[in-house]
Amino acid sequence: MTSGIVTLVLLVVFLGIVFWAWSGKRKADFDAAARIPLEDRDPDHSGGAKP
Amino acid sequence: MSGTTFYEDRVIRQFAVMTVVWGIVGMVVGVLIAAQLYWPALNFDVEWLSYGRLRPLHTNAVIFAFGGCGIFATSYYIVQRTCHAPLFAPKLAAFTFWGWQAVIVLAAITLPLGMTQGKEYAELEWPIDLLITLVWVAYGVVYFGTIVKRRVRHIYVANWFFAAFIITIAILHVFNSLAIPASPWKSYSVYPGAVDAMVQWWYGHNAVGFFLTAAFLGMMYYFIPKQAERPVYSYRLSVVHFWALISIYMWAGPHHLQYTALPDWAQSLGMVFSLILLAPSWGGMINGIMTLSGAWHKLRTDPVIKFMIVSLSFYGMSTFEGPMMSIKTVNSLSHYTDWTIGHVHSGALGWVAMITVGCIYSLLPRLLALPGMYSNRLIEQHFWVHTIGVVLYIASMWIAGLTQGLMWRATNPDGTLTYTFVESLNATYPYYLGRLVGGVLVVVGMLIMAWNVWKTFQMARDARPIPVAAPAHA
Repeated sequence: MTSGIVTLVLLVVFLGIVFWAWSGKRKADFDAAARIPLEDRDPDHSGGAKP
Repeated sequence: MSGTTFYEDRVIRQFAVMTVVWGIVGMVVGVLIAAQLYWPALNFDVEWLSYGRLRPLHTNAVIFAFGGCGIFATSYYIVQRTCHAPLFAPKLAAFTFWGWQAVIVLAAITLPLGMTQGKEYAELEWPIDLLITLVWVAYGVVYFGTIVKRRVRHIYVANWFFAAFIITIAILHVFNSLAIPASPWKSYSVYPGAVDAMVQWWYGHNAVGFFLTAAFLGMMYYFIPKQAERPVYSYRLSVVHFWALISIYMWAGPHHLQYTALPDWAQSLGMVFSLILLAPSWGGMINGIMTLSGAWHKLRTDPVIKFMIVSLSFYGMSTFEGPMMSIKTVNSLSHYTDWTIGHVHSGALGWVAMITVGCIYSLLPRLLALPGMYSNRLIEQHFWVHTIGVVLYIASMWIAGLTQGLMWRATNPDGTLTYTFVESLNATYPYYLGRLVGGVLVVVGMLIMAWNVWKTFQMARDARPIPVAAPAHA
């Protein structure tokens, strides 16, 4: 009984995370976050590989 | 900004170099024991060189020395760059380097001497376990301290994966290693019988899930966008990927104990959670591969991208194979055969080693402020030698494993076994040579890498510290 309730609560929490991640409000923040690895351009590094 | 601060990169350079060194050592030991299975005389009747003692040395060296150093190097790099802050407690970070190397050296001494707790991937005896715990706590302090110091609000997804990995490994290591010491180099597990087996595989499978998966997914989420110069394909998918992966992995361990003394319901639970695990695994793989959208041509021209994308392909393959092998009926055929060895190496050599190698090739020039590695041609050669080696290895083990499984279960009409054990051994013997050749190719690839890394360091004799980059939007 208890384990069933715990499972259900965890499932609801997970679905909550899914809805939160897909909500329109998060879009702008997530688009910015997706670019984080591209931001810290090291000054001497051209980014590409040597030919 | 008051004054210039610099990234703490010294410890990263040290870990990056040791990744290559321990990679070669661990894989050479692997090649030796693969050769012993083909030519048993190669143990020279010396107990320290016997298969049973060297096999745990091989697994510990490739997982914790090669993989571990790769994780330390990349995680320290990623957390500083994405938090726009130098490492918290740099002296403690230096301790994690020297402490971790000490653990590795102690493992290399004690395992051949036969000092072991006998738990797979947790063989090291209790004094070394204590040192590991100390290093791990220091790692956590440095890592989370740096996140606290961050100058941007958002904690990048790669850091979430590394954070979950650090916390989970601490818990797994402490609870699985709980033992009563009998002498400085002998101890007994506190858990009895089937409970001990369950705790061991709760540890063992989550070592796969968090050490060999979550941490390397952290690498993937930073270095694939970086190298491809494209943003993460879907950031919302990466968030769901993270939560789904860490919540489901935890329950899949019992699939290592199908048809054992473990209660049936626990075995079925392990199977069901392993099957569900396919979804987040493939979600993450697709997210990584699709990050190349708009830059597919780089797959032709950049060998580093080749390493990364092929590693994800192996990740997809082995995370499909794993759930399939956890199905009880499939497991009854595959378990205790070389199919398992093939599966493990498609994950270890295909996914873990290739993403690590790719990330080190991507990391080193950035760390040394160079436009690229010494030679791209050598990276290309490494890529092909490694890929061919891995394919040869896993194909040999698949054939050998299926042969064993089918021969072992074959019965005559009167119920007696069709084949003796030695007949199955004879049938698989040629494939052990195939595996050995595959392993040798992988080592050759790592030697090419070592040469390339050596020459790259020579190009960077006067590399200066790199100043911390200001956040793009404060």
